[in-house]
Amino acid sequence: MRWMHYKYVYFTVSGIFLIISLFSLIKWKFKPGVDFTGGSVIEYSFSKEIDNSLIKNRLENAGVGSVSIENTGSNLITVNTAPLTSETKAKVDEEIKALDAGFEELSYEVVGPAIGPELVQKTIYALLISASVILFWVAYQFKNIKYGLSATLATFHDSLILLGSFSLLGHFFGVEVDFLFVTAMLTILSFSVHDTIVVFDRIREVSRKTSSDLSDIADAALSQTMTRSLNNSFTIIFMLFALVLLGGETVKWFAVALLIGTVLGTYSSPFVAVPLLVTLNSMKGIKLKLPRR
Amino acid sequence: MRKSTSKRNVFLIILLAILCMVVSIPKEMPINLGYKSFHVAGKLVRPDLDFTLLGKNFKRDLNLSLGLDLAGGSYLVFEADTSSVPPEKRVESVEGVRNIIERRVNLFGVSEPVVRTSSYNNKLRVIVELPGIKDTPSAIKVIGQTAQLVFAELDSGEERNSLVPTDLSGADLKEASVQFDGQTSKPVVAISFTDEGAKKFETLTAKNVGKPLAIILDNAVVSAPVVKEAISGGSAVITGNFTTEEAKNLSIQLNAGALPVPVNLVEQKTIQASLGADSVSRSIQAGLVGLSMVLLFMILIYGKLGLIADFALIIFGVITLTLYKLIPVTLTLPGIAGFLLSVGMAVDSNILIFERFKEEIRQRPLSDALEVSFGRAWDSIRDANIASLCTAFILANPLDWKFLQVSGPVRGFAITLALGIVISLFTGIFVSRNLLRVLLREKIIVNVEKK
Repeated sequence: MRWMHYKYVYFTVSGIFLIISLFSLIKWKFKPGVDFTGGSVIEYSFSKEIDNSLIKNRLENAGVGSVSIENTGSNLITVNTAPLTSETKAKVDEEIKALDAGFEELSYEVVGPAIGPELVQKTIYALLISASVILFWVAYQFKNIKYGLSATLATFHDSLILLGSFSLLGHFFGVEVDFLFVTAMLTILSFSVHDTIVVFDRIREVSRKTSSDLSDIADAALSQTMTRSLNNSFTIIFMLFALVLLGGETVKWFAVALLIGTVLGTYSSPFVAVPLLVTLNSMKGIKLKLPRR
Repeated sequence: MRKSTSKRNVFLIILLAILCMVVSIPKEMPINLGYKSFHVAGKLVRPDLDFTLLGKNFKRDLNLSLGLDLAGGSYLVFEADTSSVPPEKRVESVEGVRNIIERRVNLFGVSEPVVRTSSYNNKLRVIVELPGIKDTPSAIKVIGQTAQLVFAELDSGEERNSLVPTDLSGADLKEASVQFDGQTSKPVVAISFTDEGAKKFETLTAKNVGKPLAIILDNAVVSAPVVKEAISGGSAVITGNFTTEEAKNLSIQLNAGALPVPVNLVEQKTIQASLGADSVSRSIQAGLVGLSMVLLFMILIYGKLGLIADFALIIFGVITLTLYKLIPVTLTLPGIAGFLLSVGMAVDSNILIFERFKEEIRQRPLSDALEVSFGRAWDSIRDANIASLCTAFILANPLDWKFLQVSGPVRGFAITLALGIVISLFTGIFVSRNLLRVLLREKIIVNVEKK
């Protein structure tokens, strides 16, 4: 099959997704979780049904600003607030007790707002280091910087669209970006490269046998690796689907992030990294051939 | 020749799988088997690991150690106030804080505590993870208090009395313990001094007969008994108005030593185990469902080859679990996710080989095709997995680079991922290869003989 014949179709599809992602990232950004903003999260289990507005009133009595209340189960309530001092927390406990003496505090979380920039900064470092290590590893392994460049660009493509989808999910469904999402991002980075290297490997192998154009070689390599790519992704997708549907609330959005990332990683190897490689190669061809003529 | 090696390897693989299975099973397993008139009922108890090799003692209870999110407990972050310390000594002083907090935590009796330093924009921090501790406020009290003990004399000035700290301090203590006062039966903290401290104490008491001697803890007077006579022998008793709990905590702090600089609590999380237990059981369920789907998928797509791959995958599972217990790896929710992901990568090795095998079998005899496809697939598997290992390495941050995260969950994830990749290389290449060599060739021989 002549996959590379349609490379501008792939670029257009990716381009549209990238533009939507960038638009959402710039316009709506993220709904940051407590990991980034700092704040208090209290989870209560009540002995009876209590109206959320009553809880809100009580919390405002205790002097708590910016309260958001969420029902997470039957008589289970999660309260998100600005960071609480220990005095305010004591008042909150009193107010809630007045509401329902049989209440139970399932968890109480306070994160200092100073944690935010530290996490972001360290994660960006980790991302940059990973990306450059992978760029050089691929470039070294395939004896050509263009392979490294295409693999890394494809990875950035995946990361950006994953970020964009969580920006959209945050805007429309209130999904928060937390620490686990950061982990998912870094995983996808490695998965995407993993998949791309397998395809590149086949390109290298095919190119040893024939001396035809890289575009034709890429077509052959893609045809030969397509079943493997799909089958492999299916197994991972099965695993993650099970986690999304059956796993606990804590890991649900983490699994969703990995799921989106897996689909992206599978798509980007044949339809972003390889077309990029072919395009980069032809660009070099023009530059080198001109002086020869 | 080669075949007999393969047979030996298969034997070794089976042996390894059985060994790992023994380690993987829970410590106690009730058995209740019945067949017609034959009944077996009882409990299978797995022994713990305890042996000495080359003068080193290995002892493991072979239980999975669960992290904070699964077992519940307290997560505390303290920021050190190093304003009074010269900049070049700050890192050193926080290291001291860490050591003393670790000693206090150990004396407090927490299993698998994690205490480490972290720094950001010159703010030096100590992160404390206490799995299983639900009483966070009292943990904070014990850990976060400076516990600077000082004896002070009363200086009777002309206008008013003032306390003058002496050179006798907590550093001169040898040991502190909780005792009960014989008359009031109230808890007291008995202290004994080092030799030098005992001398200082004797001089001090001799100098202050008839005057009160104040015992000051973190700038607050705990008690100020009046000295009746010089005390030699180097022991004393602090009689504050303690509860037993307070006396115990004070003795822990005095035994562990005072913090070199004060610390402030900046982050606190209490995680209930019930929350963890629910998440764990649901994630395990999800994992099992996902795993059986993967196993089924492999058989549907690759038939007998898939069955062998499934075998290799199960062996992958028990080896991984065994290593978690032996190393030991503290398992967290992201850690479980990392494990599930590595399952995917383990399957990938097999898919790569089988797809290759399907191509090669058209061109050459079966046994050659098998060897060639393993050889060719290995290049891809190696290159791809090394890239994943690089990322896992950066996330695990084993060299404790300060500019990367040193936080538990991400690290746990990276460690399980890295372990999974390494084990998957072993099972994908060594285990499936040998199983295939033996099983597939046997089949040809049978076919040939039939003809």
